[in-house]
Amino acid sequence: METSANTQALAYLVSAVLFILSLKGLTHPASARRGNFLGMIGMAIAVVATLMGSEVQSYGFIVAGVLLGAVIGGVLAARVQMTAMPQLVAALHSFVGMAAVLVAVGTFINRQVTGDLNAVLMSELSAGIVIGAITFSGSVIAFGKLQGLISGAPVRFAGQHALNAAIGVVTVLLAIHFAMTGSMLSLTVMTLLSFVLGFTLIIPIGGADMPVIISMLNSYSGWAAAATGFTLHNNLLIIVGALVGFSGAILSYIMCRAMNRSIINVVFGGFGSDAGGGESSAGAVAADKGVKSASVEDAIYWMEDANRVIVVPGYGMAVAQAQHALKELMELLEERGVEVKFAIHPVAGRMPGHMNVLLAEADIPYDHVFEMDDINPEFASTDVVLVVGANDVVNPAARTDQSSPIYGMPILEAGKAQHVYFLKRSMRPGYSGVDNLLFYQDNVSLIFGDAKDTIEGMVTALKGGGH
Amino acid sequence: MPDTLVALYVFVLACFIGYFVIWGVTPALHTPLVALTNAISGIVIIGALLVAGAEEASGAAEIMGFFAVLLASINVFGGFLVTNRMLAMFKKKKK
Repeated sequence: METSANTQALAYLVSAVLFILSLKGLTHPASARRGNFLGMIGMAIAVVATLMGSEVQSYGFIVAGVLLGAVIGGVLAARVQMTAMPQLVAALHSFVGMAAVLVAVGTFINRQVTGDLNAVLMSELSAGIVIGAITFSGSVIAFGKLQGLISGAPVRFAGQHALNAAIGVVTVLLAIHFAMTGSMLSLTVMTLLSFVLGFTLIIPIGGADMPVIISMLNSYSGWAAAATGFTLHNNLLIIVGALVGFSGAILSYIMCRAMNRSIINVVFGGFGSDAGGGESSAGAVAADKGVKSASVEDAIYWMEDANRVIVVPGYGMAVAQAQHALKELMELLEERGVEVKFAIHPVAGRMPGHMNVLLAEADIPYDHVFEMDDINPEFASTDVVLVVGANDVVNPAARTDQSSPIYGMPILEAGKAQHVYFLKRSMRPGYSGVDNLLFYQDNVSLIFGDAKDTIEGMVTALKGGGH
Repeated sequence: MPDTLVALYVFVLACFIGYFVIWGVTPALHTPLVALTNAISGIVIIGALLVAGAEEASGAAEIMGFFAVLLASINVFGGFLVTNRMLAMFKKKKK
């Protein structure tokens, strides 16, 4: 049975509505899972409507591709560690990019057979290929940086921006030539150059800017889908592409705002690279001023009778896998009537919202977890702040030191609490390479060591009855 | 109105929907948001189905279509399942 084009278009409309509702579901954790299911239904409707249309005539490759994809996707989703979520996301972005390239080239080959090509279609194909290819190779680089396969440090050389601009211009010229002539050579060179461009655009961006890169590539993958939609005159692809493209763009904006940097600055900046200079001066300052170090017992002494304890987690918490120990600490403190809250900076972790997922994984209820603007007024009336594997996001230099690279970045006002304990491995500065002024404040001490061991030490001390 | 112009209308209006819907998403769910957009951008599978299943598809187009279907399916299944896995972890305090 074949579905008429009109029925198919209606089915696509239903599925577009379901996708919008699906994203809308993420307004609140309570409605989010339902939202995700609506998305699944939307996708199922779209796929079935396409398969039942008259344009799909053979099913062998399709069934094989879907089954294999389901197995691979299912295994990835079930196995991935929550700390490795940014890598999975980067990989999935690259797949969308590559799929968009393949669809565009495949469509070109098919239309050559039917002789159904024109300049408008070929310029739309070019857009799909260029955006898709940039998304693909850019995401591969992002994946490599996140996975530690390639250095997270920004790679920069003289004339980099000129080179990128030159590649960009040539790519556009080739796209125009291809659209006017249908030249296979232009198509091929354009495709290859787009892959190169994705590579050269992302390689100079430093590891500290990962949340922005992830968001940006998320956005690109959406535009790639939208471009595919223009090629195929498929409104569903256009709608979904626009939704995803805007989602990534807004996340990029939020991340940039949380670092007080412009997107231009992130893309062309290369930040958190020259830690060398910052590090040595940090060491020198530390020696001069003296940083107080404290023991687990010192921290417990103030925490067990506190009214409120706020935990500020950073990526270091994820590296140390300290979130489960933190949950235990939270429960023990709550048994003693201490209020425990978690304060999340928007750029904590390697992707937007990363910390929230890691805390949720450790069974820490989401109503204990607060965004920066909501919790900042509470630090002044807080007894103890534990900073676990975070650094730049609590550094008052962002407020006071105009020469600091992080100047102007909104911070968590941890320093206003009665007692602040940093759980740190060493005196190494944060990603920005900037010395943390908080270390030298009178109410601040450092507890050196692995964050997980330190927190487990606190748990043991509290269980032992304390003091 | 030519098809391409209609497509442009749809695109621009969808951008506005995206803008308003995404600003409503709570920051706590930004990671699931990225994963969910991974899943729904797997909608390129439709293009992949049209390439792989076309009557006129030659060997090369079929192979490209196959890989496009494969990659898009990984996104669809991987994206939705991992989003579900993450969202299942977000719980309120047990009473």
